[in-house]
This record gives sequence, C-alpha cells and structure tokens, in this order.
Amino acid sequence: MRFDDEPIEPGDPLPILPGHHSAGRFERLLRAGVFTITAELSPPDSANAEDVYARARIFDGYVDGINATDGSGANCHMSSSGVCALLTRAGYAPVMQISCRDRNRIAIQGDVLGAAAMGVNNLLCLTGDGVAVGDHPGAKPVFDLDAIALLNIVRTMREQACFESGRALTTPPKVFLGSAANPFVPPLDFQVARLAKKARAGAEFVQTQYCFDVSLLERFMQQVRDEGLDKRLFILVGIGPLASARAAEWMRTHVPGVRIPDAVIDRLRRARGKGAAKAEGKRICIDILERVREIPGVCGVHLMAYRQEEAVAEIIDRSRALDGRIPWYPGRDRHSRPAREVDSPTELPEEMLA
Amino acid sequence: MRAVRYWSVSHAGAMQRVYQALERLLIMIDPLLRKLGYQHLEAPFAAVERVLKGWFFDCRMCGHCVLQSTGMSCPMNCPKQLRNGPCGGVRADGSCELDPAMRCVWVEAVRGAARLPGERIQVIQAPLDHSLVGRSAWLRELRLRTAP
Ligand code: SF4
Repeated sequence: MRFDDEPIEPGDPLPILPGHHSAGRFERLLRAGVFTITAELSPPDSANAEDVYARARIFDGYVDGINATDGSGANCHMSSSGVCALLTRAGYAPVMQISCRDRNRIAIQGDVLGAAAMGVNNLLCLTGDGVAVGDHPGAKPVFDLDAIALLNIVRTMREQACFESGRALTTPPKVFLGSAANPFVPPLDFQVARLAKKARAGAEFVQTQYCFDVSLLERFMQQVRDEGLDKRLFILVGIGPLASARAAEWMRTHVPGVRIPDAVIDRLRRARGKGAAKAEGKRICIDILERVREIPGVCGVHLMAYRQEEAVAEIIDRSRALDGRIPWYPGRDRHSRPAREVDSPTELPEEMLA
Repeated sequence: MRAVRYWSVSHAGAMQRVYQALERLLIMIDPLLRKLGYQHLEAPFAAVERVLKGWFFDCRMCGHCVLQSTGMSCPMNCPKQLRNGPCGGVRADGSCELDPAMRCVWVEAVRGAARLPGERIQVIQAPLDHSLVGRSAWLRELRLRTAP
C-alpha cells in the first residue's frame, strides 16, 4: 500500500493528517482500517549497526512496524533508542519501547524528545519486567514511573507542550502512543478496567502479550467492546511460533505473564520427526492468527518470534494476513518512483530536460 | 505481616470507615493542631503512622497515601511499586511475578476495592513525589484539605 503523499527520501516524515498524532505510516494504516502487522526485533549484543539492519531486513515487505525492545526480560542488549536511531535513518517505522525499570522521569522524558527528533513516531510505554528475572539480578530497579503515569506524561508533553514539571517545550514530540495489555493473567476481570485506564492516560494503541488461548482473548474482546474501548484503541494481538514442547514449557515457567494452555503443548509434543515440532509451532501460530483476525475489534497482530525471526515471513504469507499488500521497506518504491526510474538523462521526456 | 495485610484487605470496608472517621476527627481539631504548629507535629505524626499503618498494611511510608484508591492494599509493597494497576507478569495463581510467596498487591487491591463504594481504583495516580517519602501522609492530606 502506498500513500499518495509519500516522501521522496525514506527517512522523511509523512505529513500529519488532521486528527492524527504522528507523521508515521503505522498510525496511518491503523486509522485507515488496514489489518496491520508489527514484529519484534531482538536487539543485538553488539555495537555493530549492521547487526541491527540485518535483523530488520528479515522483515522487509512483511511488517508495518518494528518494535525495538528496551531490555525486555530485564536482559541487557543494545538500547531501544540506539536501535531506533539506526532504523529511522533507513526509513523504517520503529515502535520504540520504553520501560520504567531502568530510568527515572528525567531520563525518560529526555529520551522521548530525542526519539521524536530522530523520527520515531510510535512509542510503547511499558512498566517493564523486574530485574530479578533478567541477567543482572543485582541491578537497582528504578520504577520511578509506571506505564500509566508514563503515558500520561508523554501525552502531556505532546498536547500541553511541557514536561511533568510544567516547564515548557518549544517543540512537542509528535508521537503515537501505545502500551501493552495482558488479557491472560489475573486479575482477569480487572484487565479491561486497566486497559480503560490506559486509554484515559493517553494510549491510542495496544500490543498484547503472547496469545495462545484464543477463547480467553475472545472473552476479553467481548468486554472491550462492551466498554466501547475498541472505538478508542487500536488493538494488536501478540502472537508467535513456539519452537518445541520444551521451549514452550520453558517459556511458560520463565517468561513473566505468558500463559500457554496444555492443549498447545500437547499438540507440539505429538509432532514427531525432524523439524516436525517447529513446523507444528508455525501451524499453531497461523491458526491463532486466523482466529484472532476474525474477532471484532482486533486491528492487527504483533509477531514475537524470538530466535525464529525468519518464520515471520512464512507465517504472514501462509495466513494471507496482508491481503496481497506490500508494507513499505527501504527500496520498495525504488522502481516505481518517477524520480528514480530513469538512470540516464537521455531517457527523460523533452519538457523535463528543458 | 502479610497475614494482617491480607486481613485488612478482607475488611477494606471497615478499614475505610475508620480512616474516614479519623479524617473527620483531624479536621475537627485542626485549629488546635494549627496553633501547635504543623512543623512540630511532623515527627510524632509520622511515628504513629509508621506503627499503625505498618501493622495493618505493611505501609512503606511513601508519604502520599492512596490506600483508599487501592482497596486498602498498599501499592508500595509491589516490588515495582506500581500505583496504577498490576503489571503484566502476575502469575496464574494470583501471586507476584517477582515474589511467588506473595499475593500480587494488585490482585489484592481489586479484591479490596470490590468491598468499597465508588470506583476510586480507576483514578489515574500521579507518579510518586519522592521528596515526601518518610513524611506523614495524614498531616499532608489535612493541610491540603484545610488550606485556606
Ligand atoms: S505481580 Fe503484582 S505485586 Fe508483583 S510486581 Fe507485578 S503488580 Fe507488583
């Protein structure tokens, strides 16, 4: 899908349409009612920019936004602002995750300004996992803010053009605001209320935790619609392929907030033979994608394919989630763009040569 | 003590009534307190609060009490000190992501809030003002309410 006001340079922002908050493609697509796809980029443990680009390229032509995680699982990696700086240079549309675990309000607000200045259009405000679950359990947990307080602060920065302290900004950050939701953990009946609170605090989109239990999601979405929240929030459901029964077991015991029903693990266990479990994992993911797509109020999916990033393309292809559309990636329009079409000036029409 | 903390949440309604009675009493005697000078009352008030709220709620003296918005479950006992709702890591049995031996303070808060009138749990709480930590929340509240 191409917008008719596409910028010539990939890194340039799109014009901000009336009623929109950001100059990004991601918000454009959601507001146009297109089934939208995002994927999580696992940040490298290196200082090499090419490592980031290589990981982003895997998603070329398949996703509308790339989530840059912020020390997810409380493990140390390249920072989300570092990853976003690289991605925006190439024109990608990153969703920059900001966790409250490692930085206080002074650092975070500074990062928000920096990110917006670099061309980051989408921010995902998260509380963050506790340090105890990560690779630096001795680190000091900050949690000066929580996700809701953070949303509120960034919205104030955007709309009132001031810091939390009240001090004025000369140019406010034009960002599209998101947060996470986890419909799969207790207190189950409070999760919709929590989502409503996030919407009131400023969230415009949400990406959910991994969904492996579609019936729980259906129940949640029913409550979401009853509250009219589907009219106020774009909801992208988190999905991902499981590599094996063992990986699934590990995930549900070690990754906070992930709920995997026994039926899913049994399905993986029954797959025998080389590569069979992996293939079954992808099939489960495709099944889930197809089912969640039918649920009213679901606007897209967020793929988290940790260490299986190459599976993303296959899952999207086989589920036809894009309906034949090709999301923007660096170079997509190179051959159709008039300015780049012609290599030698002699081929230019006469009036342009004049 | 966790057992007492859970008990207080189970009796959130009664606890809130005690709290509100205390509020009325303080407002009544405010002219007297004012004469004594709030600055002299800070230390004794904080000491009393530390003991009483410590016993009933495992209070951490954040200095800005939101118990009535959190079903009388003190949010500062959450390892992430979340004041606006649970994180996404709550375990399937309702225990805390980071401390499996403790019930998530927000699972408790939802339980307590169900026993209280109104929907104060829905109020968006501003981030904590860390300069208040260790000070009397009651005195602060009183001063805010009776400020001319
Ligand atoms: S599970 Fe509950 S108590 Fe534990 S960190 Fe999360 S919100 Fe806090």
